[in-house]
Amino acid sequence: MSRTTPRGAAAQNRLVNTVLLVVLALGAVVMIAPLLWMATTALKTKGEVFALPPVWIPESPQWDTFVRMWTEAPILSGFRNSIVVAGTVTVVGSVTSSLAAFALAKMRLPFKNAIFLGLLAGLMIPFPTLMIPQFVMFSKIGWVDTLLPLIVPLLFGNIVMIFFLRQYLSSVPDSMVEAAKIDGASYLQIFRRMIFPLIRPAIAAQFILWFMTIWNDYLAPILYLNTESKQTLQVVIANLNVEYATQRDYPLIMAASFVALLPILVVFLIFQRQIIESVALTGAKG
Amino acid sequence: MSRITAEPTPVPAAPAAGVVPPGDDGRSAPGARAAMRRLHRTEHRWAAAFVAAPVLGFLVFTLYPLGYALYASLTRWNGLTAPQFIGLDNYTALLGDEYFLKTLWNTAFYMIGIPIGLVLALLLAIALNRKIPGQTAFRTIYYVPVISSLAAIAIVWQFAYNGDFGLVNQVLAWFGIDGPDWLQNTATVKPAIIIMAVWKGLGYSMLLYLAAIQSVPRSLYEAASLDGANGYHRFRWITLPMVRPVTFFLVVTNVIAGSQIFTEINIMTPTGGPEFSSASIVYYIVRKAFKYQQMGYATAMAVVLGLIVFVVTLIQFRLNRRNSFSID
Repeated sequence: MSRTTPRGAAAQNRLVNTVLLVVLALGAVVMIAPLLWMATTALKTKGEVFALPPVWIPESPQWDTFVRMWTEAPILSGFRNSIVVAGTVTVVGSVTSSLAAFALAKMRLPFKNAIFLGLLAGLMIPFPTLMIPQFVMFSKIGWVDTLLPLIVPLLFGNIVMIFFLRQYLSSVPDSMVEAAKIDGASYLQIFRRMIFPLIRPAIAAQFILWFMTIWNDYLAPILYLNTESKQTLQVVIANLNVEYATQRDYPLIMAASFVALLPILVVFLIFQRQIIESVALTGAKG
Repeated sequence: MSRITAEPTPVPAAPAAGVVPPGDDGRSAPGARAAMRRLHRTEHRWAAAFVAAPVLGFLVFTLYPLGYALYASLTRWNGLTAPQFIGLDNYTALLGDEYFLKTLWNTAFYMIGIPIGLVLALLLAIALNRKIPGQTAFRTIYYVPVISSLAAIAIVWQFAYNGDFGLVNQVLAWFGIDGPDWLQNTATVKPAIIIMAVWKGLGYSMLLYLAAIQSVPRSLYEAASLDGANGYHRFRWITLPMVRPVTFFLVVTNVIAGSQIFTEINIMTPTGGPEFSSASIVYYIVRKAFKYQQMGYATAMAVVLGLIVFVVTLIQFRLNRRNSFSID
């Protein structure tokens, strides 16, 4: 039961903080080391990759790898396809999701809560359970090896997004909507002029998170996309990994992988405050 | 969100026609009541139109495939010709399929990473919650693997685990440790994947814990300190109970995601690892369905997976309810 003096406590506090700082810094090194290694490997020559003792920093960085990968591998079409899928899904899906959230939060509809609970229950069914029937369904209408099976099902809205927007809307007083109705506004007008501006920050946060998820998706794309020029970026780099590993062209594989995660990394670094806040909110609401 | 509620409510100048004044909705004039009904009908129609898309999507892309999966799991089916009904044969075959049992075991084994990751994440969050210089930078760095593409990450780690030229063994060599060829070894392939998964998910759990810890009122800790509680007591009796909902959320979501682990397995060990020792359930389902066209059999596995996820979720919700009663 030693009672420390205020000065002793402050010194002890400083010591603890210093120790923690060192531990956190070491941890941070572990967290970024694989990513840094990916970047430096991309800049090495094939010889440097397999040199012993290891070469950590390439002698003359091979920037050319970042140039030749665009012609030697279908990276460009991968980018295009990923943008088409993620862009279409998130833009259209956000509209359908926010309209549904508006209806579920603020409008009169028989069995409204039952509908909402039913949609939520659907989240409990894992994608692998549904993927085989879905695949056969889409193959019957000739959609295999197109981007459509990755886009169309998601245009109907994102239940997680609906959940959060509905939650967000619950803090909007009903009387506001009622007043607008009395003023003769149509429901579409109420949505466009009142609801949408109010929930825009929540939509933006969910939009970014959703875009990241779809950009990084791998399982559904590898099931559907066979032709190289139709593959999304994640499938492209996964195939490169198999193909070029036999040629030991690791710099190219690492360069392509680095470029594949770069757009999301940039988006994250720009919007990190909003992203981190909305993710923290996810946990609080879950 | 206070920003929203703070806005003044616009008040209409005069009650519009057809709106029942409050207080006498039961005994209003028949015309007003009919108008009200009409207004409600219009509202129902618009609301139904707004929820139509997700409901339709749910019916077509979730409920129908689910029903079809339940049926297809009872058939011999190659996805091209009509399924042949064979009763429960697929399910009984599963029980004797040593590959299926192995993938089930592997998938369960990967869950070891969940408690490890949560403990690390909580410790990190507690450390970051102190006023430490560079707090935001640390938070960002720890979060970068979370947002990174899993395919890209798996590719890098596959190479990092290379026995001769990989980052992991090159670093271990500094300490005089001669590391194994991680992914080619039945004893190390699963731990290797667990380490990668913990590394990838750490930032997410840490962030949620940090948010939870920061929402604990300071006065709680101060009062406890006055009562003579030491650091451990404060952690055990304040921090831990306060972050319980987050722990619960993370356990549930991690178990559900972990039971569907696929991308890292498929990329890092394309053949399912030495002696199939890294193959997961979803890896085996995909292989059976899309490589061997045994769609009926694969669907039976997928239904089992769905059931496992469902039951685990139910158990965890029940446990959570009981625990929170005993704490209250």
